[in-house]
Amino acid sequence: MLKIENLHVRVAGKEILKGLSLDVKAGEVHAIMGPNGAGKSTLGNVLAGREGYEVTQGSVVFEGRNLLDLEPEQRAAEGVFLAFQYPVEIPGVNNTYFLRAALNAQRKHRGEAELDSMQFLKRVREKLAVLHLKDELLHRAVNEGFSGGEKKRNEIFQMALLEPRLAILDETDSGLDIDALKMVADGVNAMRSPERAFLVVTHYQRLLDYIVPDFVHVLADGVIVESGDAGLAHKLEEHGYAWIAERHLPAGAGAGAA
Amino acid sequence: MATERIQMENELRNRGDAPAGNEAVVEALNRRYSAGFVTDIESESLPPGLNEDVVRAISARKQEPEWLTEWRLKAYRHWLTMTPPHWAKLDIEPIDFQAISYYSQPKNRPKSLDEVDPKLLETYDKLGVPLHERARLAGVAVDAVFDSVSVGTTFRKELAEAGVIFCSISEAVREHPELVQKYLGSVVPPGDNYFAALNSAVFSDGSFVFVPKGVRCPMELSTYFRINARDTGQFERTLLIAEEGASVSYLEGCTAPMRDENQLHAAVVELVALDDANIKYSTVQNWYPGDENGVGGIYNFVTKRGDCRGARSKISWTQVETGSAITWKYPSCVLRGDDSVGEFNSVALTHHRQQADTGTKMIHIGRNTKSKIVSKGISAGRGQNTYRGLVKVEKGAEGARNYTQCDSLLIGKKCGAHTFPYIEVKNPGAIVEHEATTSKISDDQLFYCRSRGIGEEDAVSMIVDGFCKQVFKELPMEFAVEAKKLLEVSLEGAVG
Repeated sequence: MLKIENLHVRVAGKEILKGLSLDVKAGEVHAIMGPNGAGKSTLGNVLAGREGYEVTQGSVVFEGRNLLDLEPEQRAAEGVFLAFQYPVEIPGVNNTYFLRAALNAQRKHRGEAELDSMQFLKRVREKLAVLHLKDELLHRAVNEGFSGGEKKRNEIFQMALLEPRLAILDETDSGLDIDALKMVADGVNAMRSPERAFLVVTHYQRLLDYIVPDFVHVLADGVIVESGDAGLAHKLEEHGYAWIAERHLPAGAGAGAA
Repeated sequence: MATERIQMENELRNRGDAPAGNEAVVEALNRRYSAGFVTDIESESLPPGLNEDVVRAISARKQEPEWLTEWRLKAYRHWLTMTPPHWAKLDIEPIDFQAISYYSQPKNRPKSLDEVDPKLLETYDKLGVPLHERARLAGVAVDAVFDSVSVGTTFRKELAEAGVIFCSISEAVREHPELVQKYLGSVVPPGDNYFAALNSAVFSDGSFVFVPKGVRCPMELSTYFRINARDTGQFERTLLIAEEGASVSYLEGCTAPMRDENQLHAAVVELVALDDANIKYSTVQNWYPGDENGVGGIYNFVTKRGDCRGARSKISWTQVETGSAITWKYPSCVLRGDDSVGEFNSVALTHHRQQADTGTKMIHIGRNTKSKIVSKGISAGRGQNTYRGLVKVEKGAEGARNYTQCDSLLIGKKCGAHTFPYIEVKNPGAIVEHEATTSKISDDQLFYCRSRGIGEEDAVSMIVDGFCKQVFKELPMEFAVEAKKLLEVSLEGAVG
């Protein structure tokens, strides 16, 4: 589904990703872990198409298409979803209205019929029930005045509604209490299917107790330095990122230095 | 009694500090001005130029009584002693007042709506203003002003049954001279300012509304103004009176053809609210704004003022200003009656080379008077958008309160937003609040929308719409939809 090869990315003149390769198949859940500054968020942003991220080398192929050629809205319509680490507030724009506009824009792009408000609302109600979310969320402006936890839950709600093929969760667990964390995990687990893949970017192992990944990759200094199964996450939890640094980097170039 | 005078000048220019990605924002593409057609209709105009004979000629054509002719002449003589105002933050070519024709009317002036030239009706149809019987079902009474004259008022009979007078001001002069004489110029005196004086001398038509004591006007009233003829100024005069306990909601819309020359529009609107009366006055202004290089467009110099003459009266102004090359306009409230309330809700958009200097004045005279100002300015392209507002609390205005919120939104790097709030408080018990924000449509917001599948232009419209929501919700339903669409069209090419 997603094939990243030797990806090099510069942000503001500085090379952040330095030859990252990753192969994600439909139905798989991949966790990307790593110390601060390793390039985890850069990976999510570059896949979603944020401006200011310059790809200097390498390729990203999604469902047989060169993802890097597509505008962000085209990527969304093709099924790429990024749950933001810091969801953005859009004052005065109703959450429901926003989501319907998004869903219909995607459907239009794919040549599917747009949903009218009744059809849309029905779908919204279904998803709300699965995620144990309150109706009230719908009537507020997009992320405006939301608490940190509410914002993250809203991201998961959006994901549930838009039903992407590839969902990238960028540190969705950061700043969440244990209940919110479980709720986010439930939402993701409910969506796991043979047609859908997840890329779960996280700093801590905690989230992976609830979303059990098929693969865990450790990103350090712009490259994946170690891959394994869910057990790798536990090892990391036990030994810390320093353990990785000792194994893979020359002395003195600690991975956490960035 | 302490006199406090605060003058704040808060000037914010959008300099080249936008984060990466917004570079593309700016270079203006084509702007569709859908009301820009010209109607091929024969008209009778006075030759360009202004002198006492022209003033007399206008008055004579309208068969006005002696007092009104004199009133006009007095205004004209006063105007000659005045100079155009230069305090606004507007860059304007000098206006040649002798090059303008002060009167234009379609030939074959109709006696009733049924005799109106079909081409004229077509024009209003194209604009979406229904004058026909079939479209009257829409339920809004419309007075349409084409160049200098009113061409028809719908729902006349239904309104008359309720006791409401809604007609052109020319007709009101003939049919209800006592009311016109009593109220005309009582809110905006002929010598009030340069453009009001000019209007008082040469005003051609406009609407007249009288809602008698205790009557709640049974429907929305609306006037549609259109400038059609070349080299013509439009100087309409609107007078609206709500007697004790009366209430009325009034809406005006404006369009003009696309022309390379600038055309002048100098209107005066006077509102009078007696005890417990309630007037809601909404404007959707879409005069031709000129092209992307600033060629052509309407010069819009308008004096609008409401007098809350009676206790517990309320006047609220709502305006959506998207058109005109120049907008100079400060719809104001004089809060004379105790416990009276004034409101001003505004969305002003400037794109390309448009300039707007707009705001309001809230003059608190009565006790426990309240005012609220919500101003939303949007600048795109090379547009310059200025909020200028005065909140004045007189000595006797015990318990006066004002709340002002003034927000600016910038799209691109070459536009400007400026805020000039003037606050004069002569009563120490008054509470005056002012909040101001300036923001840009951030790259984060755009990317967030796009990453959900919403294209860039739609994302901008959505963000702008959200920004204006507070004001749009004050508009009558169908006009809120209209205003939203108008903003979308006006912002086309703002991001690219």
